[in-house]
Amino acid sequence: MEENVKTDTSGPGYGTYILVWLALISLTCLTVAVAGFNLAALTVVVALIIAVVKSSLVVNIFMHIRFEDRIFKIFLSVAGVVLFVIFALTFADVFFRK
Amino acid sequence: MSEIASKPEVLHVKHLHKDEKGAKIGMWLFLFTELLLFTGLFLLYAAYRYVYSADFHRAGFETHTLIGAVNTIILLTSSLTVALSIAAIERGKKWISATFLGITILCGLFFLVNKYFEWSSEIGRGLYPGSPKLLNDTNGINLFFGLYYTMTGLHGLHVVVGIIVLTFMLVFVLRGKISSEDPVKLENAGLYWHLVDIIWIFLFPLFYLIN
Amino acid sequence: MADIAIAPSSVTDNYLLNSGKRSGVLSWIFSTDHKRIGIMYLVSTLSFFAVGVVLGLLMRLEMITPGGKIFAAQTYNELFTLHGVIMIFLFVIPGIPASLGNFFLPIQIGARDVAFPRLNLLSWWIYMIGGMLAIASLFLQGGPVDTGWTFYVPYSIRTGTDVTLSVLAAFILGFSSILTGINFLTTIHRLRAPGMGWFRMPLFTWALYATAWIQVIATPILGITLLLIFIERIFNVGIFDPSRGGDPLLYQHLFWIYSHPAVYIMILPAMGVVSEIITTFARRTIFGYKAIALSSLAIAFIGYLVWGHHMFSTGMSDTARFVFSLLTFLVAVPSGIKVFNWVATMYKGSIDPKPPFLFVMAFIFLFSIGGLTGLVLGSLATDIHVTDTYFVVAHFHYVIFGGAVFIFFGALHYWLPKMFGRMYNLKIASWSVLILFVGFNMLYFPMFILGYEGMPRRYFTYLPQYEALQHLSMVGSWVLASGLIIMFANLIHGMRKGPLAGDNPWGGTTLEWTIPSPPPKENFEEIPIVTHEPYYHHEGE
Repeated sequence: MEENVKTDTSGPGYGTYILVWLALISLTCLTVAVAGFNLAALTVVVALIIAVVKSSLVVNIFMHIRFEDRIFKIFLSVAGVVLFVIFALTFADVFFRK
Repeated sequence: MSEIASKPEVLHVKHLHKDEKGAKIGMWLFLFTELLLFTGLFLLYAAYRYVYSADFHRAGFETHTLIGAVNTIILLTSSLTVALSIAAIERGKKWISATFLGITILCGLFFLVNKYFEWSSEIGRGLYPGSPKLLNDTNGINLFFGLYYTMTGLHGLHVVVGIIVLTFMLVFVLRGKISSEDPVKLENAGLYWHLVDIIWIFLFPLFYLIN
Repeated sequence: MADIAIAPSSVTDNYLLNSGKRSGVLSWIFSTDHKRIGIMYLVSTLSFFAVGVVLGLLMRLEMITPGGKIFAAQTYNELFTLHGVIMIFLFVIPGIPASLGNFFLPIQIGARDVAFPRLNLLSWWIYMIGGMLAIASLFLQGGPVDTGWTFYVPYSIRTGTDVTLSVLAAFILGFSSILTGINFLTTIHRLRAPGMGWFRMPLFTWALYATAWIQVIATPILGITLLLIFIERIFNVGIFDPSRGGDPLLYQHLFWIYSHPAVYIMILPAMGVVSEIITTFARRTIFGYKAIALSSLAIAFIGYLVWGHHMFSTGMSDTARFVFSLLTFLVAVPSGIKVFNWVATMYKGSIDPKPPFLFVMAFIFLFSIGGLTGLVLGSLATDIHVTDTYFVVAHFHYVIFGGAVFIFFGALHYWLPKMFGRMYNLKIASWSVLILFVGFNMLYFPMFILGYEGMPRRYFTYLPQYEALQHLSMVGSWVLASGLIIMFANLIHGMRKGPLAGDNPWGGTTLEWTIPSPPPKENFEEIPIVTHEPYYHHEGE
């Protein structure tokens, strides 16, 4: 294949990585702090939202998805959609049982 | 007549260049399989938590939030160091890369040590699958701890594998088999480590922050 | 007809000859050549198929009279479990992709090998280890498994038979499937020849692509499900134990989230082969290429949305049942599109009824019956009546055996002459199709009636009113078995001693027919440059 020229994946530099790390640590402190409040059913939702934000930082920057070719983003979306479908349909059962 | 069969150049034609992008595609696909593996467990957790929310909340008091938080910070830091290690090798800085890689491995080991103390304490307090204390308690508590040990245990197994893989990578870096010309192995190993980190990012709030 | 002189190069350069350091068996089991790996898979999967067939024949024999005269109930449970595990995990799932896919995927896209040849070999080794462990579980620790291939909890956790080793074997086999999937996806993305855009790939390649996605994404769910049984049996965690709050239905969800997409792993490659065979033997280009290509992807995706139809009577919520039934009807649509397009391809074609084509004709009939009876099962009201009866057994044998496996046989008849360079006896092959077709229908059609009349599946005995149909079915199994023996004997004899086949005995137009039979080690002397779509038949050829 012609495309064997070394693809330039030198994405972020040391500085960006450290900034992301700081963000991740802050979000961790945030999620621990929030856990102290009594939010009943919302607890899980808030915790998951923060976890999703942290994961997208890791996926996009540490794992480079943001800088990769589109095909990787498509692949990730496919996996994401399947994940969503699995949860949604299982809960179509669990959530609606008498 | 037998030239074609014995020409060594002909035999090597199929590996003209190393395909970096292909290796990366293959690695991401493998990561999807790991993701889907844990999905099954997260699905069970979601279903049982929905049914036994009060019990899960109560069980959350038994887990060590502090150790969990410390372990989270450790893994996040190790993700940073492995990313820095890769950035270093891409810039040809072999020794910096090796150092960061070593720190990553140490973080992993630190994580496992913490886990050892954590589990020992919980088992010591009679909180293990099939223990009398658990069996006497409600169903929800039983399921919580069943999932707790299964999920954090499987995750821990992946940490062990990750440490082994990264150690091999460290050797390759020191020996020059991984370099700025060919950083693919380290990049792929890094991807694996980041996934291990991401799984913990979700495990942490689900098992440690529900009180 | 097959006296065409072989290209001189394949006398000295074909993948069957050894030139490396090793010789004999070692040169095969350590080979990273996709063609050799494909053949090793072929031999091993067919060997397991033979074992599975024998088990099936024994099961039919048990039905000779009601009352368990031949086998005890326990033994019968073990027979049908083993039959399912072997046929599904060791034969049909690896099936076409691992053997013929491995052999022909790189060639069809103009590559010299797959993207990860060493992983490919590892995949076969893992398959063999899994297979050996499965065999070992028959003899160790509690004996053959008796849970059914579905390993439902709580029985699979409580039974004394060797479930632990069996699920471990199946878990390991899963890795083989996953590695093949990763390999094929990367190969198709990265190694297509110059000029072969996505919409110039053969439809068999498209089918393998869609299948590979399922292998990668669905198999891990089976992995975790089996792992959980393993953990339960050893550590007694209680995740599925009803007495500790566990929900057996969640096990079923996890199990079928894999096992339904798994059936598309079984059928999609076969559908790809059908497109290949029909275009070659109708001498026409395919009708609706894009529709067929994209319908493979559609089936792969929608296949993830329907698993609950295996659980209609087990206690799911009404909402779930309604949703799954609706989605199940949806998945029939892309399959229907394929069947219509295939038939349209044949219209005004110049049909050459060689054995591969006859297998496709049999397939269209058998698969249609299987598919339509699937609608009976997918619709809630009728499913309640026939679920867990012989009706289901007939349905899945029609689609899997009559569908995927008949095409596997057809594919062998199509491609073995390319793989080994020799031709089998066409007349005997055509007769074997007929015998197989008759035997198959005798064996399985009565089961629709038996199920409709209420006979449950997996029972070692039955009420006297079912005896006549059971007898018919049993005789059918012997006819089928005879057909299998004749077919395989003909193929084996042909490959060893048949006349030379030449590069292109059928007039196919995809890339594999442009290279010698058997193919050279590197597949192509020069990587071809592709300039048009596949199935390009000149007007009036």
